[in-house]
Amino acid sequence: MIFTPSHFTAVLLFALFASIVFAITQRSNTRAMVRYGLFCFAMFVVSVIAASWLMYFIRH
Amino acid sequence: MASKVQVPGKGEAEPRSGFVFLPLIAGWLVPGAGHALQKRWGRAALLFLSITSMFSLGLMMQGKLYMPNTGDVLDMLGFAGDFGAGLLYVAGRALDLGHGAVQVATADYGTKFIVVSGLLNVISAVDAHNIRVGRKP
Repeated sequence: MIFTPSHFTAVLLFALFASIVFAITQRSNTRAMVRYGLFCFAMFVVSVIAASWLMYFIRH
Repeated sequence: MASKVQVPGKGEAEPRSGFVFLPLIAGWLVPGAGHALQKRWGRAALLFLSITSMFSLGLMMQGKLYMPNTGDVLDMLGFAGDFGAGLLYVAGRALDLGHGAVQVATADYGTKFIVVSGLLNVISAVDAHNIRVGRKP
């Protein structure tokens, strides 16, 4: 089976899985894990969008 | 003569006896198994789901599984990352997956998914070891 996601879908999947593992391994209690997981996910996505716009302006 | 015996402080988890590296090894071989051995079922399930999904999606995107003996330094580093996935890597090689001959952008993403899933698995196995020795509650 072949899976060909768009660039943004690939980013979202990567951010989701990496954030879950970071949250579980870097924090001790459940509440802190949820907060840190959401923070990591947001940082991944925001960083990618910012980098994309940066590359767009460099290109144009 | 004073002896230097470490006594766990108040609220600090006391390390249990036995083979302390078992969660580390089990967690490396099967994602989340190190946490499951310590009855952290929720964490174990989430780790297994995340790491296995990432590895599988990488293969489905036609990502490449690195070989250990190509002679290229970057390939060897890629292999070190892939091998962190433990039995998932062995299964992928046994099923003859991850040749990486397809030249599309998602295949490159897939290769990165596979490497990162291996590295995340190493982090989770070390976390299981830290719980086992009482370094993490």
